Parts: sequence; C-alpha cells; structure tokens
Amino acid sequence: MAANPEYMAEIKTIEFNLNGNPMEAYEGETILQAAKRNGIDIPHLCFKEGLRGDGNCRACVVEIEGERVLQPSCMRMPSAGMVVHTDNERVLHSQRMVLELLQSDVTESSYSRDSELDFWSKRLAVGKPRFEARHNPTADLSHPAIAVNLDACIQCTRCVRACREEQNNDVIGYANRGSHSLIVFDIADPMGDSSCVGCGECVQACPTGALMPSKEVGLLEPDRKVESACPYCGVGCLLTFNVKEEKIIFVEGRDGPANKSRLCVKGRYGFDYIHNDRRLTTPLIRNADAPKVTNIEELTEADVKKMFREATWEEALDFAAKGLRDIRDEKGGNALAGFGSAKGSNEEAYLFQKLVRTGFKTNNVDHCTRLCHASSVVALLEGLGSGAVSNQVAEVEDAEVIVIIGSNPTVNHPVAATFIKNASREGKTLIIMDPRRTEIARHADHVLQFKPDTDVAMLNAIMHSIIKQGLVDEDFIKERTEGYKELAAHLEDFAPEVMEKICGVPAETLHEVARVYASSKASIIFWGMGVSQHVHGTDNARCLISLALMTGQIGKPGSGLHPLRGQNNVQGASDVGLIPMVYPDYQRVDNPDAQARFEKLWDAKLDPVPGLTVVEIMEQITQDNITGMYVEGENPAMSDPNLNHARHALASLQHLVVQDIFMTETALFADVILPASAFPEKDGTFTNTDRRVQMGRKAVNPPGIAKQDWWIIQEMANRLGCGWNYTGPHDIFAEMRLGMDSIKGMSWDRLEQEHSVTYPCSDSEDPGQGIIFIDDFPTDSGRAQFVPAPFTNADELPDTEYPLVLITGRQLEHWHTGAMTRKASMLDAIEPVPVASINPSDLAKLSLDNGSTIRLSSRRGTIQCFARIDDGLAEGQVFMPFCYHEAAANLLTTDALDPYAKIPEFKFCAIKLEAGEQH
Amino acid sequence: MDKPVLRKRNKMRGEQRGRHVTQTAQEQIRDLLGSETPRRDLLIEYLHLIQDEFGHIAADHITALAAEMQLATTEIYEVATFYHHFDVIREGDDAPPELTVRVCDSITCEMYGANELVAKLEGIVGDDVRVQRVPCVGRCEQAPVAVVGMNPIHQATEKQVMQEVNANNSKAELPNCIDFTSYQESEGYATLKKIVAGDIDNESVISTLEDSNLRGLGGAGFPAGRKWRIVRDQEAPRIMAVNIDEGEPGTFKDRYYLERDPHRFFEGMLIAAHVVGTDSIYIYLRDEYAGIRESMESELAKLKANPPCELPHIELRRGAGAYICGEESAMIESIEGKRGMPRLRPPFVAQVGVFGRPTLEHNMETLYWIREIIEKGGEWFTSHGRNGRKGLRSFSVSGRVKKPGVHLAPAGITIKELIEEYCDGMADGHEFYGYFPGGASGGILPASMGDIPLDFDTLNEYGCFIGSAAIIVFSDADNARDVAKNAMSFFEHESCGKCTPCRVGTSKAVKLMSKAEWNQPLMNELSKTMMDASICGLGQAASNPMNSVLKYFPDELK
Repeated sequence: MAANPEYMAEIKTIEFNLNGNPMEAYEGETILQAAKRNGIDIPHLCFKEGLRGDGNCRACVVEIEGERVLQPSCMRMPSAGMVVHTDNERVLHSQRMVLELLQSDVTESSYSRDSELDFWSKRLAVGKPRFEARHNPTADLSHPAIAVNLDACIQCTRCVRACREEQNNDVIGYANRGSHSLIVFDIADPMGDSSCVGCGECVQACPTGALMPSKEVGLLEPDRKVESACPYCGVGCLLTFNVKEEKIIFVEGRDGPANKSRLCVKGRYGFDYIHNDRRLTTPLIRNADAPKVTNIEELTEADVKKMFREATWEEALDFAAKGLRDIRDEKGGNALAGFGSAKGSNEEAYLFQKLVRTGFKTNNVDHCTRLCHASSVVALLEGLGSGAVSNQVAEVEDAEVIVIIGSNPTVNHPVAATFIKNASREGKTLIIMDPRRTEIARHADHVLQFKPDTDVAMLNAIMHSIIKQGLVDEDFIKERTEGYKELAAHLEDFAPEVMEKICGVPAETLHEVARVYASSKASIIFWGMGVSQHVHGTDNARCLISLALMTGQIGKPGSGLHPLRGQNNVQGASDVGLIPMVYPDYQRVDNPDAQARFEKLWDAKLDPVPGLTVVEIMEQITQDNITGMYVEGENPAMSDPNLNHARHALASLQHLVVQDIFMTETALFADVILPASAFPEKDGTFTNTDRRVQMGRKAVNPPGIAKQDWWIIQEMANRLGCGWNYTGPHDIFAEMRLGMDSIKGMSWDRLEQEHSVTYPCSDSEDPGQGIIFIDDFPTDSGRAQFVPAPFTNADELPDTEYPLVLITGRQLEHWHTGAMTRKASMLDAIEPVPVASINPSDLAKLSLDNGSTIRLSSRRGTIQCFARIDDGLAEGQVFMPFCYHEAAANLLTTDALDPYAKIPEFKFCAIKLEAGEQH
Repeated sequence: MDKPVLRKRNKMRGEQRGRHVTQTAQEQIRDLLGSETPRRDLLIEYLHLIQDEFGHIAADHITALAAEMQLATTEIYEVATFYHHFDVIREGDDAPPELTVRVCDSITCEMYGANELVAKLEGIVGDDVRVQRVPCVGRCEQAPVAVVGMNPIHQATEKQVMQEVNANNSKAELPNCIDFTSYQESEGYATLKKIVAGDIDNESVISTLEDSNLRGLGGAGFPAGRKWRIVRDQEAPRIMAVNIDEGEPGTFKDRYYLERDPHRFFEGMLIAAHVVGTDSIYIYLRDEYAGIRESMESELAKLKANPPCELPHIELRRGAGAYICGEESAMIESIEGKRGMPRLRPPFVAQVGVFGRPTLEHNMETLYWIREIIEKGGEWFTSHGRNGRKGLRSFSVSGRVKKPGVHLAPAGITIKELIEEYCDGMADGHEFYGYFPGGASGGILPASMGDIPLDFDTLNEYGCFIGSAAIIVFSDADNARDVAKNAMSFFEHESCGKCTPCRVGTSKAVKLMSKAEWNQPLMNELSKTMMDASICGLGQAASNPMNSVLKYFPDELK
C-alpha cells in the first residue's frame, strides 16, 4: 500500500539507488511504488493498487544487483543501499518478452477501450507477436450483466483476488495447471448459473477486457462522468455515472469512505430503471368514470391506460392541492396525512415534513422507517438518548468480536458485508444469530440458529451468563448507566439451561458466546429487520442495548450498536423530521422549546400533538377519520402489512395524491399522479447508515416533463398557503442547518468538496465524529438507561390450520417493493420470477421440488410463486421477499404492531403451503 | 466470429444460483471423512479418499465436501484440478473406466519405445480400461514402464501388460525392506538415542555435518549443516518438511533407498528434528510410489508404537501427480492443502514455511546419510571423491547402458568413468552420443564433453548442473533434438501456470521445437526471459535442454 504523504513526518525512509540515481522510498513501499512516486513508470499487469500483490505476470521485473534472477518490483521492497535497474537491456528484454508472450495468446479483438496490456505493449514498442497462439476458450455470455471473454485473459488473477479477497464472494477460481490454467466460476459453471452475485468487482479489476459489462457498453466513450452515490441501500457507496447521449451507460465504483470503490450488483448494474419506457413523464388525473379497484393484480396495461388522462402541471397541481386543501379546511389538518420518501434527498424530506406541518397543519407525517427500524430507534432513544448508530461499519477493523443478529448483510448491505468478511478473514471473531443460516454464516466462528421469535429468551440468557461469569464492566455500569439492579434481578429467571429449550440454542453455546462477547477488547453488534420487525421488536432492541451497556462495549473504537439502516436515505429522512413525533434532529413536537424554535424558523403556528404512524394512518383511513393523503416516493400498496386491508384503505380515500417515478401499485389508487425525478436526476444530500452525509449529483434530466421533487413539493406547499421561494437544494440545506445542530459544521460547499462528511459535526474544522457516546449519553442525566425485556410471543403462532412460519425479507437483486429494480433490465433478468425459499423436507412432504409452483396462504390472503430449496432454513419456516407485485408477500403478513414503535410484525405470521397450479 | 458462444443460463425458473448439496453426496462424504472436524490442510488427503473410493471426484462430491469444510466450491475445484491424479467429473462427463494403465513417456521410457507401447495398448484394451500417458514414474532403470492400476510393470511389453490387466493385478507390490525389528538389531536408532541423551551434543552434530560438506541431494545443493543452523536460530515452533516428491525425469534414488532401508531415513529425520528443534514433521511422498507408501505407513506405525525416544508429531502426506511439488515452497503449499504453486522468495522457507512457521526442508536422501556421517565422521565422507571433488553421490543412471540403476560412486566421477566402471559400458550396439548430467532440467552434453567431473558447481559454466544426479545416457540410436523436446514437453505439462515466462514460455518452446527448422534466434530470446524472469527453478531451468542442443549439437540443426 502506498504511503500517505500526510504522515510523512512519522514514516521512515530508505535510501537506495535506481538507474544510477539515489532515490528515497517510504517504509512499506515497493520498488514499483517508490519509482512511480518519483516519475518512473514500470510496466505492470497483475498488480493493482488496493489488491494484494501476486508477482505472477512478471511484466514489472527489474534487476537487483547481487541477485541471480530478475525480481518483481511490485513485490520487492527497497533496502538500504540496494541498487536497482529498471531499464537496462536485460530488464527491457524480459519486460518486452513477457508482453509479447501475453499478446501472442490473447485475441486481436478488443473488448475494452482501456486494455492495460495494450497500453504497456505500446509504451514498450512491442511489435506483432512472433509466437503461435494458444487454443482459446469460447465466450460465456450467460450472465445478464457481465460478459466473459477468456480469449482476452492473461491469467493475472486480479479477478480471483477481487472476488476471493476483496469481496469474499469466493466464486472465481484458478483451475487446472500450466498452459491449461483457466479462470472458472464455481465448478467451471457458466457465470450465469454460478453463485456469482454480480458485484462486478472482477470486471472492475480485469486489466484486459476479459470481464466486461454486458452488451459491449464498455467500448463506448462516455460524454461525461458524474460523481455521485448509489440510490439503493444504506451503505452509501460512492460511484461514478458514465453518461452518453443523455443516458447512463455504465457505473464505476468510486473510493468513498463507506465502500472504497466496491459496489454490489444493484449499484453497479441496476441503474437503467431510470430509462425504462414506463417512467411517468407527464402528470396524470384519474378519469371520472374510472373507480378505484383493489384487485390491482388483475389490471392489464390497457386497463391502467384507461384509468388516467394526461394533464398539464398547472391543472394537476391545482387539482391535487385543492383536494387536500378542501379536506383541511372542512375537517381540519388531522384528516390529512403525508408519506414522505426514504429514497429522496434530505432536502426533499425536509420540505415534505415542513409542508405537512405548516401546510396541512398536522403531525401526521411518516415514512417507511416505521416498517423498518422504528423499534430499534425507539429503544435507542429511550436507552441512550439518540437513535443513530454509535459506531460506523468501518469500525470492524478495530473490533475483536463482531455480532450480527437478525440481519442478512450479504444480501441487504453487500458492500458492508465485504468489510465484515474481510475482518473475519483477518481473524476477528464473527458471531451470527439468525433463525436462517445465510451466506455470511460460512464466514462465522459461531452460528446460533435460534428459533424465530425467541430473541429475548436467547439474549437475556446470554446476559444472565455474563453476570454469572463475572464479566460485567462494573465501572462502566456505575459511572455511565442507570437501572442495572432492576435488570440484574429481571435476568435471574433467564438461565441458559432453561432458555435453551425455548430458543433452541444449547446452553454451552450461550455461555461461550457470552464469554467471548463480554471479555473482548471491543465487541460490536449489527442488527436488522429480524430484530426490529416483531411485536416485541422494541424489547429485542432493548436487550441488545443492555448487552452492550453491561459490558461497557460502547463509546470506544470497534464497539457499539449499529442497526444497519436499509434505505439510502432512511437515516437522513428521520434526521430531518419526516416522522410524526419529532421535528428535525429528534426534537419532540410536544416539547415547548422545540415547538418555539421551529415556529420561529418556519414562521408558522405548529401543532404540539404527535401525529400518527404509517399503520395507524391506514387504520384511521378505514375509520374514515383520515380522508386525504399525499404520498411521495413511497409504495404502501406493496410495503404495508396485510395488503388486502391496506389496499382497501387506500381505495377508500377521498383524495390521494401520488408523486413518484413509476406507476407503482400505490399510484393505481391515486386521484392525481405527479411525475418526479429519480436519484441520478437530482442534486441532493443523502445520509447513510454510518451518519455520513453524502452528495448525490445530477447526471441526466428527468424524462418528458417530469420535475424535481423539491419543486413539486414547493408548488403544492404554495397552493396550501405556505409562501415558499426556495431556488434549489442548497437553499433548503442552508435552512436545515439552522434547525439542526447535528450538521452545524456542514455547508453545502463543504459537502461539494469533500463528498462525504459525518455528523455530529459542530463546526467547519470538525472532521465529523464517527464514534459517539465516548464520554456521556445525550439523555437528561447523561447516563444510559437499562430497560429489562420480558419474553413474549409473536402475535400469530402457527397452528394446525396454518402450520408454517412465514418470514419476509429481501433479495439481493431486488430492492424492497421492486418499484425500481423490476424495471432495471439486468437485475430483473437475473431474478425475473417470484420465489419463496423453503426447507427441502417441507417441500418433499408435498412431493414437490426445486422450481415447483406453490401456493402460500395465511388468514389474510394467498399467493402463488416458485419454490426454491434453501438448506439454511429450518423445517417449518418459509422465507419470501416482498418485491414481486404478482405475488406480493405482504398479502399474507399481519398488521399486529409493536406497542411502543408501531412497527408491524413482518418477520412472523402463520401460513400453509400447498402445491400451486402447474402451467 | 463463428465460434460457439454460451448465451443461455441453464438454471430453470426459480432455481437457485450456484450448486446445492445433494443428500447422497453429503452422506458419501460424511462416511469418508468420519466424525472429526475436517482440517483445511488435509484437503488433498480427502480428495484422495474420494478418488480411491469412487474412481473419480464428481461435482456433487465437491459441493458436499465444500459444505463440510465451510469452503467455497471453487476453492476445492481449483485444488482438485491442479493435480493429475484426480479425475474431476462434471455433469455430462463420462466417469473414467475402472482400471487405468499409465504408460510413462518421459525421456528414457520414450527412448525404449513408450510411444509404440501406448499405440499398441490403445488398440487392444477393452472399454473397461483406460490407457494414459504419464510423466516420469521414477523407474527409469527399468524402462519402458507401464503401471497397471498401482502395479508397475518393468521393461513392459503389451503382452505382459495385458496379462496383468486380464488377471486384474492392479495392487502395488510391497517392497522387501529392512523392517523395524531388523533395523534395530544392527545398531539402528543407537545414534539417535545417543544424541537425544546428550552423549553426542547438538553442536558437534552440526559441525560434523559442516565438516562433511553434505549438500542437499534433491537438486538445490544447499549445505545441510548451514541450513540446520539457520532454522535452529529461528523462533519456535519450527516444522520439518521432507521432500520425497522425486519427480525429476531420470531420478529414482529415493525410491531405491526407501525400498530397502526406510528406517535409516527415519533415523536421520529424527536426528534433524531433535537437533534443530522441530515439533512436527510432514513427509511428502509422491503418489506414484504406492508400494513404498504402504510399507512406510506400516513401518512408521511400528516406530510410533515403540519409539526409541519421544517423537515429534509425524504425518505422511500423499502427492497427487504434480512434479512442481518437488519444489520446496510448492510442496509446502501442497502440505497446506492448496494448489502446488511456488511462493515468491523472500521470505525464505527457513523463516516462513509450513503454516507460516520456520521450516527445515530436506530431500529424503540428505537425511538418509545423516546417521552414517555422524557415526563415521565428516572426514569419512570427504575422504571419498574423484577428480578433485569430495564426497559420495548416488547416481540414478538410465538409458543406453548395460547396467542402469542407482550407483553409489565418488562425487566428481566423469560420465565416461561412470559408464565404464559402474554400468559395465554401453548397451550392445550403442555408441555413446550424449547425456543428461542432471535430469531433464540439468541440460544435455555431447559425448565429446564426457570428461567433466560430475558434481555441484562443476557443470555450471556449460549451462548445465548436476541437480539430483539423474544421469540419462543416449546413443547414436537417439537424437538430441527429440530428447530435448521430450524434456520441454515435460516442463510444459508440469508448469504450475502462475508466471508468464514459464506457463506461456514452455508451451511456445515446444511449438518451436516441433518445427522441422528451429528458429534459433527466437528460441534464444525466449529462453533468456525464461531463465531471467520465471518465479522458480522449473521455469528458470526448462530451457536448458533446448539451449544445450543449440550450443552442443549444431549438426542436428542443419
């Protein structure tokens, strides 16, 4: 790794001689790196900055006096007095011969504009190769997103290192021997059939074009490159959009603090949804003769065309605002509700909640965080005074023990997962707790495959054991917490020997995990929906918080609590107040000081009564208490639990305004549809799971007459009497800072410059604090609060009629309700049909097999899909992602809520499995 | 281009990507592995279990094994396909027939008609037999050699081979060696016991070795005493690795000694382990020596049951058909259960070896001499020698001589003296024309240069070296171009594939050497890079035979 000049004063230097001249190398630098830094370029192919060096291509060989054979300069480090020659006849002969040998074997066709082999061959004037070519393998174009042309392969193994050491996906191998050596996927399977997840790290690593994006897009020269971020998950990878003729043609990874140039299949290959011809391009108004229907699955494209007519912006905005205004004026603001977006920018979310509070005059504003980490945030606010992560993902480098519970990071936070896998390879202890054995388990030291719904039993047992083993951090408990005595008393009943029957994890393992977690120098906990989406989700999170507090595993590097945030801007959306009980920065609406602050900032009277949450709002619609809604960038008709009920509610609204980029399932219930801008079509700030505020930049224009979301929200607001005159996102951001101390030190310009700044950030010199709670907690007392969690069951346990448990979740290639990714050509090609994962013996009981059609039913609904065998599921459990509109998993789920956080129990309901209708 | 292109994915709708463990394969693998937690470094041993049981390794086996070992399928596939003794079968491939007849086609065996033997056998065997060409099996003194299953047939004719095939005689023959009891009856292990008891101190053992000037007998020739000092000075724990991967064409001395007196080697090995201080020993034995494996397993068991002193942990590991695993760092990779790819040096094996620990690596024969040298003294060893050279050397002699075999002769003897005094002269009707002084990689010299002393350092100025002292003698019935091409084909076949000069170079060199007219300037350019820029000795030495022909046999190039 090249030395960082910022630390020059601390780095030792080595004096050596290169080509007759004295040269200085930094400690840890190779000859190649030292030479490059001094303006001398040595040819190299198998070496790539960021990957472990392998020294196999031999293009970089140099002569070291005193050594018999030439040495690879990418691997050797200078020593004092070493005499090196990089360009004498002996060296140049071999460098050229190596290039000639490689050229003789690769095809003359070009798959890439940037072949490093061609670059160095030209530099060294290597002529037409004089050797007979090898027999070349055929092309493998079986993967929708990646083209494999091994006739351009030079066996440098950069792809092997990218896959096996960087991403740890372990798909690519270097098989056979000698001149038969071959890059393979799995057991020499076609790439499209292999376990390849399409992250494209190998494509990014390949120097010759043997691995390229499909459809030859890599041969096109972009008109411009735009540095931006990924629109999908909360990892917040930075990337570069390559634009040609106003279309994004491909994406490259960019070196951001959260991703270090890595991407996953969605970020790299899932961009073309924005160019799908089903994008909304003009405003639409429902035809008077087109009633709202709930059986949206039976609607054809022709039906949908008949439901709406095109309108001008003027007409559509007037109509949209009038309907909401009338309800506000007739019934009061609380008869209205707004769902904002966790995928839109901070500026858009901020405007949206301001519109609802000052325009609708209610606090009935919420977004999908309610369905996601609401319980985690409630528990964190309650216990620690802050709902955000205490330590960033990158802290796994400093951790000794990494716990992942109720999260499937290789699917949902793939790039974050690569860093966790790297840490595990480096020797950190990885502990996975999940009813389902997922891909990450392969890398783990301990796998606790506990029974679904029994998190509290398991976690309380572990805490019981920690106390009994004398491994609590007594000083930390004394100085930094409250309520320990009550917790300890409560935990007396949770001995591992008793809990093992409930949670299914042997007592011995519980004791061992307790010991390992508590006694390590730094333990960090990551969690996801498996913890939060339960009627006892808040209790689950309370256990994790207690676990960290009682062992002092928080407030220092490599430790802490990290609820992995799902959406690219769900953290930001919550931070800017897009939720019913708080203003921006979590200042409560029923706190008089907060109310005063925002009444002043917004020059408006505000309602101090906390509003309703997403599922509560659905319920109030059913009761006819809420009759008008504004939904922006959300899809409750797919993401809400108990969809039949939710869809009936949406259909019964008097006035529904939907602002989105596609005709989503929710839009089918709208009275008016406003076409908006997709992520690559706007400038804005977005906050990832690590509390990094990052800049997204506009790469292309929205299609047709679709507009910027911030502009639409302002137009709506002004028709509700708000009188706004923002000129763009930077205006909005400036106002945000006035209400949010957490980002005081961030200006729009600073974000433009630095691309990514962490909050809390108190002034322009503050680099941003990655680790928080170092000295105290932001509670009234400055201490954290232990909250004991009792063991309770899920709302709907399996019985004889519905004997299986349904666990809903996500899939790598599809994002949440599929609104974007089902329209992304390569992603949908990889996973085009609805599947549910099932344990092989459950399938065998019905004489069904992999790929059979099956029917899943609950008390609330029924769907058909294909079965997929999953050895990682225990018997009696079925897993299904909720991204397939033709088989919407949420038709089955229950809307039972956690009483504190109001989050639905997506992770547990009772279903039955039958054979489906075969086609 | 009209080359066929794979466009479709084969997976059906809804089917999961990647491979899925089948119950059958899972049960088969679990039965073979037993109840102990699988060890990553035993991967090659597990693959042997599967190959031995089923006659091949199916893709399903690989998937199931990967699941048991918590590895990725490709990690196992890339290891299995590196070694030629594993037949990896994917869907749609035919499993190999039950019986394989392996016919050696390396230098001496080709001289004695291997190609014709293969052609004849392919014509007569049934569908239940597979005829395979294989590289040197270490029995060159009995060329041509065909191995029926694990049963080696010497001076093989197609009639003899078919006789064994039809009688299903495919088991290895157990050598008749000096067993544990007999060995101890003639002072065996007495020296070891003295050293362990301190009657002979460690320092004097090492200085005796230094006095003897014993150098590594596997080919590299590093002074043994110095190596012991270097490794002894490294931090514990230290490991010993013994190289019995004897694969250099023309070499069979290790096989010879192990067939007769394995305990002499064990004693030297244990003396080294004690003096240097290694807690575990990995003995790496080439898989072609199946009979020796059986006998070593049984003699080791007897030794462990009644040890003459406290024994370090000893493991006997099987190679799997890869000459490159005779290179010390590649052997270490193989011991760790990986592909046998040489490591970049520095760091050297003495500092970072097996599992990253300092490692004492020795060829078997070097350890074989330890006992006698300590008993008789360093001067005894150096009192031997000829033509100004010192010491004894076990020459593996094969080719056109009356008495091929292992000949223990003074170091420094010339080829003419060796043929005359030890081999009873050339075979009838053959006139001495040329010879390999050091196996396939040591170059080739003409008869006119038959007075050069054969020893370390004496041949280097001629572009040759003695290596493992594998001497192949050829006559006017042969020609240098053919034997040189045989050697280069061997290297192409055995190249590990890691670095460009060797992986691509050996392949291009064979093509150039197959042409009627040799492109000498291009060959010189190519060999310069192979010698200068390859990672290991295989690539660096591969072009020696070709260069020898260019230099010393110009008549053949006209």
